[in-house]
Amino acid sequence: MSLDLLPETLDQETAEAVNIDRSIGDFTFPERNKFDAGRGLTEKTVDYICDVKNDPQWVREFRHRALKVFRDKPMPTNWATEDLNNINFDEIRYYLSDGEKPKRSWDDVPADVLETFERLGIPQQERAFLAGVEAQFDSEAAYSNVKEELTKQGVIFVNSTEGLKEHEEIFRPWFGKVIPTGDNKFSALNSAVFSGGSFIYIPKGVKLKQPLQAYFRINSESFGQFERTLIIADEGAEVMYMEGCTAPKFETATLHSAVVELVALKGAKIQYVTVQNWSSNVFNLVTKRGLAMEDAEVRWIDCNIGSRLTMKYPGVVMKGRRARGEVISIALANTGQHQDTGAKMIHAADETTSNVVSKSISVGTGRSTYRGQVHIPKHLKGCKNNTECDALLINAKSRTDTYPAITVKGNQHATQHEASVSQVSQEMLFYMMQRGISEGAAMSLAVNGFINDLVREFPMEYSVELKRLIDLEMEGSVG
Amino acid sequence: MFPQWFATAQADAWASFQSLPAPRRGDEAWRFSTISALDFSSFTRAEFRGEASEWIARSTGVADAAATLVFVNDTLVHSQSRLPDGVICLPLAEALIQQPDLVQQYFMRHPTTLGSAKFSALHAAHVSNGVFLYVPAGVVVQDPVQIFHWADGDSSTILPHTLLVTGEGASVRVIETFQSTDDRAATLTIAVNDLIAEKNSTLDYVVVQALNQNSKIISINASDVAKAATSTSFLLSTGAAWARSESISRLTGEEARSYMLAVSVPSHDQEYDQRTFQHHISPGAYSDLLYKNSLYDESRTIFSGLIFVDEGAHRTDAYQTCRNLLMSNTCEANSMPGLEINADDVKCSHGSTSAQISDEEIFYLRARGIDSDTARQLIARGFSIEVISRLNHDATEAYVLNFLDQKFATLRMRDVR
Repeated sequence: MSLDLLPETLDQETAEAVNIDRSIGDFTFPERNKFDAGRGLTEKTVDYICDVKNDPQWVREFRHRALKVFRDKPMPTNWATEDLNNINFDEIRYYLSDGEKPKRSWDDVPADVLETFERLGIPQQERAFLAGVEAQFDSEAAYSNVKEELTKQGVIFVNSTEGLKEHEEIFRPWFGKVIPTGDNKFSALNSAVFSGGSFIYIPKGVKLKQPLQAYFRINSESFGQFERTLIIADEGAEVMYMEGCTAPKFETATLHSAVVELVALKGAKIQYVTVQNWSSNVFNLVTKRGLAMEDAEVRWIDCNIGSRLTMKYPGVVMKGRRARGEVISIALANTGQHQDTGAKMIHAADETTSNVVSKSISVGTGRSTYRGQVHIPKHLKGCKNNTECDALLINAKSRTDTYPAITVKGNQHATQHEASVSQVSQEMLFYMMQRGISEGAAMSLAVNGFINDLVREFPMEYSVELKRLIDLEMEGSVG
Repeated sequence: MFPQWFATAQADAWASFQSLPAPRRGDEAWRFSTISALDFSSFTRAEFRGEASEWIARSTGVADAAATLVFVNDTLVHSQSRLPDGVICLPLAEALIQQPDLVQQYFMRHPTTLGSAKFSALHAAHVSNGVFLYVPAGVVVQDPVQIFHWADGDSSTILPHTLLVTGEGASVRVIETFQSTDDRAATLTIAVNDLIAEKNSTLDYVVVQALNQNSKIISINASDVAKAATSTSFLLSTGAAWARSESISRLTGEEARSYMLAVSVPSHDQEYDQRTFQHHISPGAYSDLLYKNSLYDESRTIFSGLIFVDEGAHRTDAYQTCRNLLMSNTCEANSMPGLEINADDVKCSHGSTSAQISDEEIFYLRARGIDSDTARQLIARGFSIEVISRLNHDATEAYVLNFLDQKFATLRMRDVR
């Protein structure tokens, strides 16, 4: 109708290509589950999952042991928020699926599931820039595909169920080794009821030019999603993995508790990118850790925008000489949200280096927390850690906390930790408003400026979206 | 006789001591601590009945002290004073009788929140002496008040209490020193010191902990800083096998200023466990914490600090820095610098570093003909002096430096790589 629409349309297109904002994730389809483990968690639930998934005996035993550990471990409220006590484990549904195998083509995916992922833009993204995609709907993957030439090179990209059955010889030696069942209460829970998630193996020397992506979708109310991901990059291999997630906003709380293990063998590089945009009724309690062997590098690039409570401290165990670990983290906590994120850097070999850069923004009564651990044991030489945490507070009742713990033994190392808390200065806002920018837009610009250097670490397609998401979240936050 | 309120407080404290659980592994307030160090079952209260002249003679502090009090095992063995009129400076045991109402107003007003509640209850239940110093409004005490505590005899426990109050616009500096009468006797000190700085007043509190290397000490320190008042609390630690210090600053008025300073030089297998809390209750207050540790041999340090900004405490300006200088390949430094911010419009930052002396620094000094041992010690000394010089009082700095140098003298030649 008018020329005004033109930029608008362009924007729309860009938006659609990278779309996973909150409002777009807030829809649901009627459940049509063939398999439903019911509410609550008992030995029977675990057996039900084993039976449905036709798990080998060793997995069944693994799950039962884990259930016991989960029950024995207390809730970590001695240091974590009391909000954890609001999770009702008896009300949660631990396994839901339509009993279908993951499809290799979107054409075979059931219509409502396909529509779900189309609305979230996943098939479009796959065509645009991804080397492979796995799309999980509640407990199981609905779609899983990787480009043919990669399969020829020996790249494996399947869901965890298929991984443990079809590729046991690679899967089993590393499964549960980076994050043992007893690591924490929620890793034990995941180990007992895990379903879905990816198993990826990149053979020696194979360097993936395009990222692999997984998308996790919760469709059902009171559901608990427990995906389990294991990524192994063989010597000299390189891979970037991205995950996104959404859920509709239900009245009751939903639980997402994943375990992600990364293994970077000699000289390998793994980058793991997360854009977490769960709806604000989701408890997101995730354990993520990577193992970096000689000259290997593990990078966690982590952005948390959604969920009611996120507790996530990606870690790197640097086990080989000159291994490198990095965590780049952005958190945005709006009213009703607590982003409790951080990093764990365990130095276990000489000349290992780690870097943590964390930036958080608290809006309204939102609370963001940084929790970090750096550990440099005795008898190592030349280890280095750098940690920087910056927090930005937008409103008078916004909250931020920082709790790092740094242990250094011996004198051949260097660590430094810095943290600062600030707010957007009146001068900065005034300067922009004087040039005709509205207060809201000025605030948004200031916030984007604060995280800009970290946003650049995300793949381009994500960084555009991130900026947009943050614009959305900041709307109406001033005043 | 002690007043009734005090007897009641002691009985209540004893009940709390018995009911409070002992710290356990997994308690956040005791993270990284050696919990087994908290077995105090072998210690008992022991009064001093011997000859005190040697300890009095050795209690030489700064020249021109305004007052001096010397205690051996909580027994006052010497005191002298030339304090201005109106200033009350009494051993606690006497203050309780002469000024019961005034003491009651300030005595252990706040619960102990940094982990040692059980031990603070034990202190309160059995405390028998210490110092009560009250500087009334407008009185400025020029020269330092000095307090010496000597711990004597194997297995003995002392519970010194220090209660310092500056009225509106008043000013005073107190230097307190903890030492052992010999090199061997294992003693336990549970010290509580409360600083109350009322409006516009200045309160400086300097502590030197130079107990022998078999002793243990818990010191629980709290400062209440009112509007436009300034409080400084400084701790030099060179002694004790195990020392836990908990220090909290409550900023209750606009433009209140609190400086929290510490220098530690642990060696052998000494363990220093330091917990701090900067509590910004009022808007517009300032706090600055600087803790520096130089770690030798197998020593361990734990620093856990928190800047806590209350809701509504806007325009808070708070800093926290912990720096560890690693002088051996077997030492261990743990740092937990924390922030909890519940208000916007604040300036808060913290930093923590752990590193050894760089080769460039050593090279620079060696190029000038200084041998490597001397060079390393010079740098470690300079590292500590940066904190000491913040005391802004020559005589006090010299006094503290003397203890620092005594410690460095024992470390000569041992910090070889």
